[in-house]
Amino acid sequence: MAFDILEPGLATSVQDRGRFGYYNVGIPQGGAMDQLSASMANALVGNSPGDAVLECAYLGPRFTTDTDAVIAVAGAPVQVKVNGQTADQWTRLSLAAGDEVSFGMLSGGTRYYVAVQGGIDVPEVLGSRSTYTLGALGGFQGRTLKAGDTVPVGAPSGASPLDTIPEDLRPVYAKEVTVRILPGLYDHRLTAEGMETLVSTAWKLTPVADRTGLRYSGPDLEWRPRTQPFGAGSDPSNIVDAGYAIGSIQVPGGKEPIVLHRDAVSGGGYAMVATVISADMDVVARSAPGTLTHFEPVTMEQALAARADAAKVRRAVWGTAG
Amino acid sequence: MSHAPQHLDAARYTWGGDEFLFVEISESMSLAANFKANAMATRLTARAIDGVVDICPANASLLLRFDPDAVPPDELEALVRQVEEEVAQLSEQTLETRIIEIPVWYDDPYTRETGARFRKGHQRPDGTDLDFAAEENGLSSPQEFIRKHHESPWLVSMVGFVAGLPFMFQIVPQEEQLEVPKYLSPRTDTPPLTVGHGGCFACIYSVRGAGGYQMFGIAAAPIFDPAQKLEDFSDFMIFFRPGDIVKFKPVGEDEYRAIQAEVDAGTFTYRQVPVTFDLQKALTDPTAHNRDILEKLNGL
Repeated sequence: MAFDILEPGLATSVQDRGRFGYYNVGIPQGGAMDQLSASMANALVGNSPGDAVLECAYLGPRFTTDTDAVIAVAGAPVQVKVNGQTADQWTRLSLAAGDEVSFGMLSGGTRYYVAVQGGIDVPEVLGSRSTYTLGALGGFQGRTLKAGDTVPVGAPSGASPLDTIPEDLRPVYAKEVTVRILPGLYDHRLTAEGMETLVSTAWKLTPVADRTGLRYSGPDLEWRPRTQPFGAGSDPSNIVDAGYAIGSIQVPGGKEPIVLHRDAVSGGGYAMVATVISADMDVVARSAPGTLTHFEPVTMEQALAARADAAKVRRAVWGTAG
Repeated sequence: MSHAPQHLDAARYTWGGDEFLFVEISESMSLAANFKANAMATRLTARAIDGVVDICPANASLLLRFDPDAVPPDELEALVRQVEEEVAQLSEQTLETRIIEIPVWYDDPYTRETGARFRKGHQRPDGTDLDFAAEENGLSSPQEFIRKHHESPWLVSMVGFVAGLPFMFQIVPQEEQLEVPKYLSPRTDTPPLTVGHGGCFACIYSVRGAGGYQMFGIAAAPIFDPAQKLEDFSDFMIFFRPGDIVKFKPVGEDEYRAIQAEVDAGTFTYRQVPVTFDLQKALTDPTAHNRDILEKLNGL
């Protein structure tokens, strides 16, 4: 059982929950950028939350299925078509052999997910099916899809799928969002005004945004002047190259904060001043260029409470198994 | 005749969101800070703490990823502080590691061509990265810079950025270390296996992609082999580990091509030999320490 890719879309890749335990050698966690949407797509076809899906960015693929298949599309609002007829998101779609699936324009967000009953069945590499394109590792031959690819689909598990995701649990795709951050790492290297600017500005997401990181435009942030330590480099935004927390915000030269995301480089020489809390990484992933973003500082306790709230949403979808 | 500073104060603990603990061992780079980062990482790995997902030692710091549902942040911090204490008590600071010979074609056409493409905005628009590096270090010629680059060994102080990329720290007194600023604006392209340099760190780019380090040459054999075709990668697709010691060996075009042919045939293996790295000896008498470890490699 397989999907035959007629057109690949802009950057369609195979993703699952991600690859953990290899960040120490520079291999990022990867995985679906918007984990909740990917997991909801899986729930709708009776997969387990960690099954691999297709992640579609902006312009989706066009593909046919070689046998009957059950799919679901969740995530950013997009026009879904089966044999040219409009079909619904957030529900189960039954395909017959030879049916063609394609996508129209997005009306918000950036990424949507196609789950298929049985999951995308590429081999696991280092414990995950996620695509790490820079390292040409995992996913479909270590890369995004191309026309002519035959993407294997696994055998259904037989678990019963959800009929739909209740509207109040579905993610929203707003033009203005609040992203909670935990200040720390090298925040002491900013002036008080610099930190105030970070948390009081409505930052605009630039088009420089991919799985590695997202860059925001706004005013410059002021670093404290200092004599740089040996090995750090000359700019006050430089540090002795260190590990990068995923979700951390770096501000090279005090201009244009960058939020590192699932395919983050694992280390480098720019000071990080805060980190997006785990509960809000999906919110960042859903942001389209132009989205106005407020970085709201929270405490560790608040971050952990938000994490527990996010887990409740997952449990509401998956029951206790999620 | 010593690296400075060597006295390490207690580390600084801070959080990277609710999933990362960051331990800054020192603001400045030193062998002692790197040694402490790696010693802590080794001990933390051995403890196999429930909920700790990744332990990433870096040049002068340590990053841990954890699941706060499995190990509460304050509990994890207490455990890591305990390990920091243990490491501070170590009287003997040695590392059982290996020295590896890395063949490099210095001043090669690939990095020259890439350097020429990104000349606009470079600190030295009319020359090469090697010309710039020689001038910055007060050396008479690029050839002298190349000689200083390969005559003494380097310690792999961190692996990361992208898959398997080694950051390397030259094991010589600080005043003799080569230092070069990074590109003013990072390149969007770097040939795979480029030997780069930024600040006091050398690196080898494991894959093609962006990069900000000055480019001096190209390594002849892979350091990241996802298909694990070569014997050196039979255990893992990534060659370098923190604590490895590297000796660059200059090769010309003929030897570079011969090595590539061996790589293609699947017969290439790196020359390497086990050595003991002794921090105190490396700090107090680096010349003798380097001579000892290089003799091991040359005695192969």
